Amino acid sequence: MDSQTITYREALNQAMSEEMERDETVFLIGEEVGEYNGAYKVSQGLLERFGPMRVVDTPISENGFTGLAVGAAMVGLRPVVEFMSFNFSLVAFDQIFSNAAKTYYMSGGQFPIPMVMRGPGGPAAQVGAQHSNCLDHCFANSPGLKLVMPSTARDAKGLLKSAIRDNSPVIFIENEMLYGISGDMPKGEFLIPLGEAEVRVSGKDVTIVASSRMAHMVLSGLPEFEKEGISVELVDPRTIKPLDMETISRSVRKTHRAVIVEEGHPFAGIGAEYSHQIYSACFDDLDAPIARVTQADNPLPYSKLLEAASLPSLEAVVRAAKGVLYRD
Amino acid sequence: MPPIAVAEKKTNGGNGKAKLLSKKTLTAQQKEAIKQLGRDKLIGMFRAMNLIRSFERRCEQMYQQRKIGGFLHLYMGQEALAGGMLSAIHSDDYVTTSYRDHGIALALGISPNVLMAELFGKVTGVSRGKGGSMHFFSKEYNLLGGHGIVGGQIPIGLGAAFRAKYLGTDQVSLIFLGDGAVNQGSFHECLNMASIWKLPAIFIIENNQYGMGTSVRRSTSVQDMTLKAQGYGMEGITVDGMNLLDCYMVVRDAVKTRRKRPSPLLVEAKTYRYRGHSISDPGTYRAKEEIENYHKVDPILQVRRLLQELDWLDDESAKALEKEVRKEVDDAVTFAEESPLPDPSERERHVYAP
Ligand SMILES: Cc1ncc(C[n+]2csc(CCOP(=O)(O)OP(=O)(O)O)c2C)c(N)n1
Ligand SMILES: [Mg+2]
Repeated sequence: MDSQTITYREALNQAMSEEMERDETVFLIGEEVGEYNGAYKVSQGLLERFGPMRVVDTPISENGFTGLAVGAAMVGLRPVVEFMSFNFSLVAFDQIFSNAAKTYYMSGGQFPIPMVMRGPGGPAAQVGAQHSNCLDHCFANSPGLKLVMPSTARDAKGLLKSAIRDNSPVIFIENEMLYGISGDMPKGEFLIPLGEAEVRVSGKDVTIVASSRMAHMVLSGLPEFEKEGISVELVDPRTIKPLDMETISRSVRKTHRAVIVEEGHPFAGIGAEYSHQIYSACFDDLDAPIARVTQADNPLPYSKLLEAASLPSLEAVVRAAKGVLYRD
Repeated sequence: MPPIAVAEKKTNGGNGKAKLLSKKTLTAQQKEAIKQLGRDKLIGMFRAMNLIRSFERRCEQMYQQRKIGGFLHLYMGQEALAGGMLSAIHSDDYVTTSYRDHGIALALGISPNVLMAELFGKVTGVSRGKGGSMHFFSKEYNLLGGHGIVGGQIPIGLGAAFRAKYLGTDQVSLIFLGDGAVNQGSFHECLNMASIWKLPAIFIIENNQYGMGTSVRRSTSVQDMTLKAQGYGMEGITVDGMNLLDCYMVVRDAVKTRRKRPSPLLVEAKTYRYRGHSISDPGTYRAKEEIENYHKVDPILQVRRLLQELDWLDDESAKALEKEVRKEVDDAVTFAEESPLPDPSERERHVYAP
């Protein structure tokens, strides 16, 4: 057997432990990563294996420990910062934007910042407005940061390993709802380079661009599309920045239609950037205006019904696909 | 390499030897407070604590039945804090707290009906079903939230204290926070501002000894939190958070002087949460013995004993009170069940103020 089935959670765990094994300068720091084995158990067993100097439980001081990681990265360590969730990275935005993103440039290339900031992002189930932020578009807007959002166990592992070896700061947004999903994993050393999109499903009628949990939502809807007689091509960017426009454009040139699905809000959301880039690269190939499916433009409410009405739905994606095919 | 995080498990406090409230061992101040409160008010406070306990138990059940979703952080064990401290303020004072907000809201006198309805995501909820467990807000009761980001509520409460000083009112602002929140920058920034501007802010650390799975010993360099007050040139007081009278007195005395001459205060209340951090945390990082020891000094049992010693409560009336409280919680569940769901148009309401 040259492959195994493991969960997204285990994949992340393997990536970290393999990289920590390989490179002594890699360490993990964050809230509850050690003795508690991670709020979502992603760092299970790492403290036991690597000890408290390399798996560091912190106080609830995001700005402090993120900045500490930037400093440590400036002088040769390779920190992996775990945010219990990316909502709490907001407390550390100064360190992320002012320092992690800009130091290499501002110092004229003297101080690279080889660090990864990872953890779950996006809405979970009914956790309310303050715990449901989609921050991908914020990070993607800052030059100096790379941004990865894996949707499968395989990508989680291969991309996290590459992120840890990357010499720039990488924001690595996981998804709480995906930690339990399983997937095939090649045995042994295995990396996926940053900046390569994946065509998850080939089709001819419409290109759907979706990451992370949104990619799964589209996958779960394939029977729907089939029923509608729509042949969907699903492109999962995996790395949001740098964005693999070549793969996305190739798909749009083939289907002539594009629907972008994003979990965040519409205004200045990540899909606004995708659609601009698609228009720039494929204007003459498009047979319909690009459609976007997004979260509604309101903070996410607690009430289940209102929450569901705010989040992007499969129904909305099907509607959008029919729309770009002028079939509604 | 020396370890920087000492793995020290399951060793926190709780020797079960804390001084229990008893008629025989009351201090002069406690006796005086009992006299001042009188029977009815003390029983009212006891009732509030019972209501919190009963409400939280019901929340657990309702969560298991999936009537409540999302995160749920329970207050059991900490009832003396809310019950005592909030009995010592005026209805126009301000209160701000974290996501662990059920006990605070109930002790403020907010109806369990609207709180349970909030947890059920109904439009009759205290935040119209938009906030959920972590985000109880009440303009009527000057409850400025229910905040989900650790330390995020501290500046909010400070803003209310600023307003009191700005308008020259005699209000105070009570700011509740957990032991974990003292390690956020916002805590330190706010203590300093409160001190330089002499704001009527009372910072209350509900030190239940854990921030999620991390004991205060592992997270915080100085165990005596009142030393932090010293560092910012303000008064700091430690209080037994399992003791209703002490919790009451510390705030009563604090506001007495501060209403006229504003200045901040830091209170550290030593307490304990019986349940895990949230409903999804089994809390295995704590020794069973530790939890049992705290049950021996249960804040509600203590007051019940005292009331009986004072002949203010007998078994029968205690049972009747408990029954009444359970009925109130039952009614809250019924109210929540029967309340309408929000209209879909609620989704886009309240994004911007008119
Ligand atoms: C900025 C931030 N970081 C992390 C979290 C996740 N979190 C929620 S509660 C909590 C522990 C807080 O402990 P403490 O302040 O002692 O309050 P308690 O829960 O004990 O009442 C953590 C880490 C958060 N909500 N906000
Ligand atoms: Mg605590």
